Amino acid sequence: MLRSFGSVLRRDIVVTGKDLVAFLAQVLLQPVFFLFVFGKLLTSLGYTSSGYSDLLFPGLVALTATVTAIQAMAFPLVAEFSWTKEIEDRLLAPLPLWAVAAEKVVFATLRALVASAVMFPIGIGVLGSIPYRADGLGLLIGVLLLGSLVGACIGMTIGTFVPPTKINIAFALIFTPLLFTGATQYPWPSLAHLRWFQVLSAANPITYVSEGMRAALVPNIPHIPGWVCLLALAGSLALFGTLGMIGFRHRAID
Amino acid sequence: MEVRELVKRYPKAQTDAVDRLTFAVASGEIFGLLGPNGAGKSTTIGVLTTRVRPTAGQALIANVDVMVAPQTVRSLLGVVPQRNNLDRSLSVRQNLLFHAAYHGVPKAVRTRRAEELLEQFALTDRANEKPELFSGGQNQRMMIARTLMHDPSVLFLDEPTTGLDPAARLFVWDRIRELRASGVTIVLTTHDMDEAAALADRVGIVDSGRLLALDTPAALVRGLATGASLQVTVEPVGELGVAGLLDRLGTLAGVQRCEQIATEAAAQSIRLYLTGEAAAMVAPVAAAVAEVGGRLIGMKICEASLEDVFIDLTGRSLR
Ligand SMILES: Nc1ncnc2c1ncn2[C@@H]1O[C@H](COP(=O)(O)OP(=O)(O)OP(=O)(O)O)[C@@H](O)[C@H]1O
Ligand SMILES: [Mg+2]
Repeated sequence: MLRSFGSVLRRDIVVTGKDLVAFLAQVLLQPVFFLFVFGKLLTSLGYTSSGYSDLLFPGLVALTATVTAIQAMAFPLVAEFSWTKEIEDRLLAPLPLWAVAAEKVVFATLRALVASAVMFPIGIGVLGSIPYRADGLGLLIGVLLLGSLVGACIGMTIGTFVPPTKINIAFALIFTPLLFTGATQYPWPSLAHLRWFQVLSAANPITYVSEGMRAALVPNIPHIPGWVCLLALAGSLALFGTLGMIGFRHRAID
Repeated sequence: MEVRELVKRYPKAQTDAVDRLTFAVASGEIFGLLGPNGAGKSTTIGVLTTRVRPTAGQALIANVDVMVAPQTVRSLLGVVPQRNNLDRSLSVRQNLLFHAAYHGVPKAVRTRRAEELLEQFALTDRANEKPELFSGGQNQRMMIARTLMHDPSVLFLDEPTTGLDPAARLFVWDRIRELRASGVTIVLTTHDMDEAAALADRVGIVDSGRLLALDTPAALVRGLATGASLQVTVEPVGELGVAGLLDRLGTLAGVQRCEQIATEAAAQSIRLYLTGEAAAMVAPVAAAVAEVGGRLIGMKICEASLEDVFIDLTGRSLR
């Protein structure tokens, strides 16, 4: 079984490897512009203070990881289940259903981790320097890994529950709020005076990825404690992992 | 392979897509499921290949319940689905190689087998191209080659020749017969009577999810109340008119029933349904026509076919 699982994973890696450049361009273009305009340009024009980029960078890495994972999961899943039927060959392999789903999660997570890792050299290139703390490395890896896994499971939930013909509208409706309530451009505690928005943001798993990244990289900025972030992400993983699996089973067997 | 009282009702459907289906397929046999669109053929295959959850009943492959041990079952079977599901991101060769890898075929074996199958299915020349550039018939060949990569002992072919040109169809038939010769059990669906008659050892006729008849093609045809028929064209019909001629022909020994089927100018076509062999009736029919003063201008022997069996069972034609 492990060998079959490995082959299914290898298939996805081979296919992505064929256009690695396209993959990186697709996931990195947006955060690079974000970094440049908000982190560099606005600061040099004097609209934001010089410390802002230190605060923004961890949030953008968090966003890149989660969003990449969601997209890497949801779109191919919808296409493979409804239009190309490509996934059938794997569903007919002597693998349990959950293993085929797990492979998708593992692969989306890998993509997300690669994309977020590439954000570091890009951050240095665009901003000149980025916040880094060796002490925070463990937390950083833990938060990014969990965040990517949660993103993949959210992608699986969307990709299996939303009817294929409605996926575009669903993405528009789900994505924008997800993008702007994830505390990526500001620390969550600073929302204290805007209570309703703070509560809303607390329901978004991306918030805990952003805050966890800040706890790891810039602990002097007020943030949600790292262990709270890890716990919240583990809870989200359990929730969306279960939902995604239910959806996957539903699509895989009539 | 065995199916017992299988029922499938899709969520929200008003009727059962498969309705208490029961049949067994012997090892090494070619079993044909014959039925019109929507009869439940693909659904039955779906259940047997672990892709559709039955509402009730049981399906066993090599004595393993498909619901209880789907993984074991999947390692035994090969599936060629009705719709193209080739991996469009991979080349033809990679489609074969990865399929074998998913099934745990060792690398040396799958590399060798891929080359053999590409050769056998005349795909070697274009093995490095993506399947989306290929025609429907080529895709069909690819899907058959792909499923043979893991050496399945039971093969499911869902309408393997629909949309193929006559040459490609014969090619697929030959491959199917070769596979049977090498001991593979084959279940195929079709709505082509000739295909069922030509390929299948036994045929199950399904309509609206129900199994209407199951036997060898020859036995199904033999079991018909009407056997062969004769089509007779006369011009003129003679002094007694059409009605008189029909009366006269109807009383011949060996004629079960006769009816007028077409009129073209003065020519009349009459169909005689026979109880016995058609050839033996040619002379008596000719004599009877002459007797009433008619002139015979054509006679055609029509052997009964699965088509007639289907019409007999459902009261309508498949085509
Ligand atoms: N996934 C599904 N969900 C709901 N209903 C379905 C589904 N698949 C098939 N059906 C219905 O079940 C019935 C049987 O369909 P099935 O595909 O098994 O027929 P078939 O004999 O393979 O027909 P065809 O010759 O057209 O391929 C049809 O009425 C069809 O509409
Ligand atoms: Mg069908």
